[in-house]
Amino acid sequence: MTPSEPLRIGVAVPRADAGPKTRGEPLFATDTVPAGALWAGVRRAGVVRARVAAVRTDRAAAVEGVVAVLTHRDVKGTNRQGVIRRDQPVLVGEVVRHAGDAVALVVATTPGALTRALSLVEADLESLPPLLDVESALSEGAPLLHPGHPGGNVLLEGTLTAGSGAAGAKECDATVELLFETPRQEHAYLETENGWAFETADGRVELTCSTQTPYRDRMEVAEALGLDPSRLRISAPYLGGGFGGKDGITVQTLLVLAALHAGGRPVRMRWGREESIVSGTKRHAARMSVRLGARADGTLQFASADLRLDKGPYDHLGGAVLELGMEHATGPYRVPHAVVTGKAVYTDNPIGGAFRGFGVTQVTAAVEQAVDLLANRLGIDRLEIRRRNALRRGDVTGTGFTLLCSVGLADCLDEVARHPLWTGREEWKSAAGPFKRRGAGLAALWHGAGYGPVVPDVANAKVELLPDGRFRVYCGVADMGQGNVSTNAQIAGALLGQPAGAVELVLPDTDRTLPSGSSAGSRTTYSFGQALDGAARLLRERIVARAADLWMARGVEEVALVPGAVRHLPTGRELPLSRLASAMGEPERVAVHRWRAPVAADGQRASEAIRLHGFPHRVFAFGVHLALVEVDELTGQLGVDRYLAVTDCGALVNPQLATQQVQGAVAQGLGLALSEELIVQGGRIETSSLRTYLVPTSVDVPEIETLFVPVHEETGPFGLKGVGEIAVNGPVPAVANALADACGIRLPRAPFTPERILAALRGRGNGEAR
Amino acid sequence: MRLEFVLNDAPAALDVPPDRRVVDLLREELGLKGTKESCGAGDCGACTILVDGESRLSCLMLAAQLQGRAVTTVEGLSPDGSHPLQETFAAHGAVQCGYCTPGMLLAAADLLARDPDPDREAIREGLSGNLCRCTGYVKIVDAVAAASAATVGVPDQRKR
Repeated sequence: MTPSEPLRIGVAVPRADAGPKTRGEPLFATDTVPAGALWAGVRRAGVVRARVAAVRTDRAAAVEGVVAVLTHRDVKGTNRQGVIRRDQPVLVGEVVRHAGDAVALVVATTPGALTRALSLVEADLESLPPLLDVESALSEGAPLLHPGHPGGNVLLEGTLTAGSGAAGAKECDATVELLFETPRQEHAYLETENGWAFETADGRVELTCSTQTPYRDRMEVAEALGLDPSRLRISAPYLGGGFGGKDGITVQTLLVLAALHAGGRPVRMRWGREESIVSGTKRHAARMSVRLGARADGTLQFASADLRLDKGPYDHLGGAVLELGMEHATGPYRVPHAVVTGKAVYTDNPIGGAFRGFGVTQVTAAVEQAVDLLANRLGIDRLEIRRRNALRRGDVTGTGFTLLCSVGLADCLDEVARHPLWTGREEWKSAAGPFKRRGAGLAALWHGAGYGPVVPDVANAKVELLPDGRFRVYCGVADMGQGNVSTNAQIAGALLGQPAGAVELVLPDTDRTLPSGSSAGSRTTYSFGQALDGAARLLRERIVARAADLWMARGVEEVALVPGAVRHLPTGRELPLSRLASAMGEPERVAVHRWRAPVAADGQRASEAIRLHGFPHRVFAFGVHLALVEVDELTGQLGVDRYLAVTDCGALVNPQLATQQVQGAVAQGLGLALSEELIVQGGRIETSSLRTYLVPTSVDVPEIETLFVPVHEETGPFGLKGVGEIAVNGPVPAVANALADACGIRLPRAPFTPERILAALRGRGNGEAR
Repeated sequence: MRLEFVLNDAPAALDVPPDRRVVDLLREELGLKGTKESCGAGDCGACTILVDGESRLSCLMLAAQLQGRAVTTVEGLSPDGSHPLQETFAAHGAVQCGYCTPGMLLAAADLLARDPDPDREAIREGLSGNLCRCTGYVKIVDAVAAASAATVGVPDQRKR
């Protein structure tokens, strides 16, 4: 495809933002801070649980260069933020619930004055005994983190059943059981939370920040600060990574509050790395207890799972994370009888929140290991047992709803079965050197997209024919790096017959674009793409009809859009789009389309609360991963030698971007499998730098072979399903299964560090299950 | 202090506190927003620049250390954004969020200057000080390998 050819669907077009990003153009919120902006910063509690006796600001306010020192008393609204439950104070006034809680906000003219003033804020905090684990938070008489919450310290709990539930265990010839824990995971985006804001002369506040959710933020900030939402404008330029950590409020409320006290001057805030780690959300630490049962031929009969999430002190999206984990806790299999229970529990630990994978990462880590245990128990090939039970379209899932979407899981399994990395695995294993053990591990995956049956998953797209004959797409969903904005250009260009250079993109801006939900939930291109499909087709019809009328053509079928022009096909006559645009009024040149994602029809056995949090989903991606690992018996070091990821995410609009999503997610999953562990002692994070919290480097991630199976999803744009999350769920179980295959050991928790592997190798022979 | 150095092939002179961090000097005083700050502690490589052709972390350097040196930032990698690495990073899908990209490009340029024809392992080794949280590195390695293939045998382009 040359630069003058129209964009096409299904082709690996380089991203619209790739060139500008390689040139270092100022694309991020932090790059557009006006010169002379004030500096805002936060005084954090630093203690885990305490009563706030007093916050004295006079010494801080006296520092030269300090513009304002603000506390909860300066917050005129509810002083509460949160996505589902508004349970997190903007600035704490009564009780500190974790070390990262914000106590005071300082605005100053220089970074030096800011640092000094922050150190002089006197927070009189009376320590209270903290709740540092799920068990103590659930114990009788435990203090309540949120006394008004009807569930006590249980944020949300629920049960999902299928068939005859627990009674199904009786129909099995073999059952296996597994306990497994996954740690908190840090998003570790390279761009930490930041933004800048100012108050305009007419009393509005304009905020530019790194956020996945500008529209939702606007309502939350307005409520927390007692402002009319119309006073707020939030823009989301390109994000330097998000992964769920910017799905919700970070700097937004604080910056708007600061701007309201800055006399019209712009104010900037950027969390340093330590502040980002201490204050931001994490993947929930989880404990899973899983049982699987099957007949002798490997047909699954029964599953049970219990999922416990350490929520930390604030909901964030923890209820929804719990629901999605529970929904996927029986694996992508036909399981006639099942019971899944789950609890998300408030503690004084760091805040659990949205993180790519959203609960599915945790449960898949346990379930897929149990599948291998069952295969070994029954003496059935590990791939074969997955094939025998793999979900097909129309099946009822183990959590009791009918799968209506396209299902390519069997195709993914077939692809792995014939791949040289799988067929050649035994030969590869036997070639291990001295003191090395090699193993191969599989994991089958599924991942539901969108918001579920209750919360509307809606997108609104707007496309405009510009007077110069180019097109402008108003993108309503933030681009945190996944390239959805580029995909929008590709979709609009393909439908309107235009090359890349003829499509201009407006990034999310609450004054210019239309609300389209969060950049999250593997729903970004699925939902916005459908809205854009509708808007672009509407505009195309209008343009073609207008040209047909001008030419007095016999019908619209005689007219086509070509790069920069409309063409009358029978005569070859062309009219530049700029000329046509000047004949059209502005209302005629703008097309808008709203789209709401379809929802599942059943799943009524679940409680209303669980349904509100998303159960069940309607569209699922599927996948199968294969990890080949080598373990050093002397050091316990585990290296992933090769990795294969096969994905059914429907049809591909841009294979390059789909591959990017899979490979990046695999790397994050490998981080969780190998090295990433947020260490929390007494409620405090001990690994608050990228030196102590180890994300994978270029030498830790292997070559990742990335394949897609040709599946078409009829509800998605051009047959697409979301691909943003599914692949992060594979590495922990695939590596765990490969480790078991190599050495016959299973560790009770991730990550599989050399210390843990070595300890397990030394303890081998003590009857550890394989 | 009066700081004089060469910035992206052009002489630069300004008055600046000697202990100003180079990343701040570049971004704030000189308006070059391509250099990114991420960890501020030398752990991630996002702020990588070239000083006398070698990669350095601008969050750990102070202004005085630039006296008389030649600095290359991403803006100076080529006059028009057409350095082979810039082209292969875009073409091979090595760019996602893009926040690590400038530092990654300069680290790769340093690597190719030292080793014009690295194998994939050497590329991985050479970039191991630069974190990327989006790509899983495979496409970055592809891009560097492609740039090295494009420039091998054309020494003039490699010297930059």
